[in-house]
Amino acid sequence: MKSLLSGNEAVARGAWEAGCRVATAYPGTPSTEILENIIKYPEIDAEWSVNEKVALEVAAGASFAGARALVAMKHVGLNVAADPFFTMGYSGVTGGLVIVSADDPGMWSSQNEQDNRHYGRHAKVPILEPSDSNEARIFTKLAFDISEKFDTPVLLRLTTRICHSTCLTELGERKDIEVKGYVKDIKKRLVLPAHARALHLVVEERLKKIAAHSEVFRYNRIAWGKKTLGIITSGVAYQYAKEVFPDASVLKLSLTHPIPERMIRRFAKQVRKIVIVEEGDPVMETEIKAMGIKVTGKDKIPLCGELTPDVLKSSFSKKTKAPAKSSKVPPRPPVLCPGCPHRGVFYVVNKLKLVVTGDIGCYTLGALPPLSAMDTCVCMGASVTNAQGMEKALGKEFSKRLVAVLGDSTFFHSGITGLVNAVYNKGNLNLLILDNFTTAMTGHQPHPGTGRLARGERGRRIAPEDIARGCGVEMVKVVNPNDLAATESAFEQALEYDGVAVLVFRRPCALLVKPRPPYRIDPESCNGCRLCLRIGCPAISLVFPKEREKPLAVVDEALCVGCGLCVQLCQRNAIFLSRKSDG
Amino acid sequence: MAKSAKKKANTNVIICGVGGQGIILASDVLCYGTSLAGFDVKKSEVHGMAQRGGSVITHVRFGDKVYSPLIAQGTADYILAFEKVEAMRYAHYLEKNGEMIVDNREIPPMSVLVGEAEYPADIDRRLTRMGKTYFIDATSVAADLGNIRVVNIVLLGVLSRFLRLKEKYWRDAIRKNVKEQFVDLNIQAFGRGRELAG
Ligand code: SF4
Ligand code: SF4
Repeated sequence: MKSLLSGNEAVARGAWEAGCRVATAYPGTPSTEILENIIKYPEIDAEWSVNEKVALEVAAGASFAGARALVAMKHVGLNVAADPFFTMGYSGVTGGLVIVSADDPGMWSSQNEQDNRHYGRHAKVPILEPSDSNEARIFTKLAFDISEKFDTPVLLRLTTRICHSTCLTELGERKDIEVKGYVKDIKKRLVLPAHARALHLVVEERLKKIAAHSEVFRYNRIAWGKKTLGIITSGVAYQYAKEVFPDASVLKLSLTHPIPERMIRRFAKQVRKIVIVEEGDPVMETEIKAMGIKVTGKDKIPLCGELTPDVLKSSFSKKTKAPAKSSKVPPRPPVLCPGCPHRGVFYVVNKLKLVVTGDIGCYTLGALPPLSAMDTCVCMGASVTNAQGMEKALGKEFSKRLVAVLGDSTFFHSGITGLVNAVYNKGNLNLLILDNFTTAMTGHQPHPGTGRLARGERGRRIAPEDIARGCGVEMVKVVNPNDLAATESAFEQALEYDGVAVLVFRRPCALLVKPRPPYRIDPESCNGCRLCLRIGCPAISLVFPKEREKPLAVVDEALCVGCGLCVQLCQRNAIFLSRKSDG
Repeated sequence: MAKSAKKKANTNVIICGVGGQGIILASDVLCYGTSLAGFDVKKSEVHGMAQRGGSVITHVRFGDKVYSPLIAQGTADYILAFEKVEAMRYAHYLEKNGEMIVDNREIPPMSVLVGEAEYPADIDRRLTRMGKTYFIDATSVAADLGNIRVVNIVLLGVLSRFLRLKEKYWRDAIRKNVKEQFVDLNIQAFGRGRELAG
């Protein structure tokens, strides 16, 4: 029977079929739905970990104890988890260990376009690249087998278009694989220099063995077409190549590291010209060129941005001009939702003209006009530490105009170490923790501050303000960000305070609470002053009725959730609760 | 308005609108319905940041054998747009003889709200120039049904009159993809959409 599964659902299904026992992840687009779907299989112990390093280490521990384990993250998550990732390459596995990295070409929801196929090579770990959901399911299972057969973690590398494309997928049954149990083996798992020197030799030997396996791996395969053109490709790029060059011979690689050299040479000999169709960096291209084979690749196909059938086609044809895009279409970047609890904080930041080191989450949208309340955004947790560094360079006076902003989930992910560092090193940090009780951007996953576990069961709640106090911060306040006066006065106190100050702005994400009755603007009282537009609520717009001299602000009642923030801005009391007055 | 059979194998449908309008659900229903009819089908969508009120596009392709989950520009048979500016943003995907079904709805983006850009005044005319366009009052029908959120299924009802797919598959697909307590409402919305198509 076939089912419609997205790539992420298929990985979850594959893990279940493979007898996986433990799964961990930190949410991040485009990988989030992998763990969200694994949660549906009760046989698998699943957790949202606080960050990717922790997630990988937990999975590694499960593997040490002989259980099959999977860890999922977005591409930049592997940067966080790189430390254990590299060393796990040395120590190898007991239960199969699969690391899923979901890259984001085109940066639909990411801060960079890194190509994690480099990571597999760098850490000397084999890489599998599925080209659709069915392969995602099969390759997840094969990844566990390869992991155990060769005693190595395996990198399952996905991209946005694999994760979030849905297609018909076969379903298999679950293999019941026993947990092997723990046997002490310090030469393998206690990676200190003496042991690691020996292990490095093992790693290099292992790579040769996997390279030999790559030659016979049944998903590395050639489909002969016309011999005038040979395509070498992998991942979703394979689908685009089939679409654009339907008659060409195609060598589709699936176990893409180590590459099957002999197979590639055999293919190269029989076709007149070779084109490497890969998304992102010239990874296969560089290796194939190093084999002395002449190929076309990134000299034609763009390295930056997402590869699409259109991009591929236009790389090889001067004639096909893309249909004209419509000019003058106003852009529609994402915005904070109506009623978003972050809005009040950013309004005050903007009003006080502060410098803001920012972070990663919905609240990064506070950088856009009209709030325009963010100066930097580097990586998870960097708001805290960037602020400390700016203070070091510019002095204490500057830190009185400087705040660091991050969300609750990001604080747990990697804000805490920065906070400890600031307290310890006598910084003058002003830290704003926007606590909306969830990991909102990725679709509302729980975290330690919610006191809920992955399957919704009750866990222990850890409050950010308790952590701050535990770290020795004396100036800690919890504030309702929808109360603009209270927010502004908390800011003033924190900025004046000598030493580290932590403000926790607590109010649930607007998507988690029932909307309240919408507000309305009285056209008699509104003089079109635009004050209420400064908070950038998508429910409020300015119209220019013909019969009026001045413009008029209006609330879209279908969008307004009745948060009442705009009411606090109007100097003429023009904004009122519609339902109450309607009776 | 049924459309004559085409020679090419795959049917390409773009569904676009504003994040939060239920575009992904609409594409799920379409995708599931076509699979029930025995087609090979692929769907590609975008999650994450764009879903916070940004511009959203989903690609659905079905036929005998589908490779790319993405539709190439100039090859979409249908564009189902939940908002006019969004229809315009993706109109270059439309095939020469393709058709656009557009909800008669204007949602000004933030750039317009803060006065940095203008909502194109002549948008209806411009859309009509880009391809055969049907403007549908889907939002008001949904509001009429008491839940503006079912606008996505109203629009699917309209689309269903263009695609040659048995009504039964559509209904099954709706049942499969919406929460149980909303099934009746959505089936009703679908029916109203079919009526709207005339
Ligand atoms: S999802 Fe929640 S946190 Fe994110 S923008 Fe919307 S209201 Fe704000
Ligand atoms: S009350 Fe005002 S600020 Fe809040 S959602 Fe409604 S219009 Fe927007």
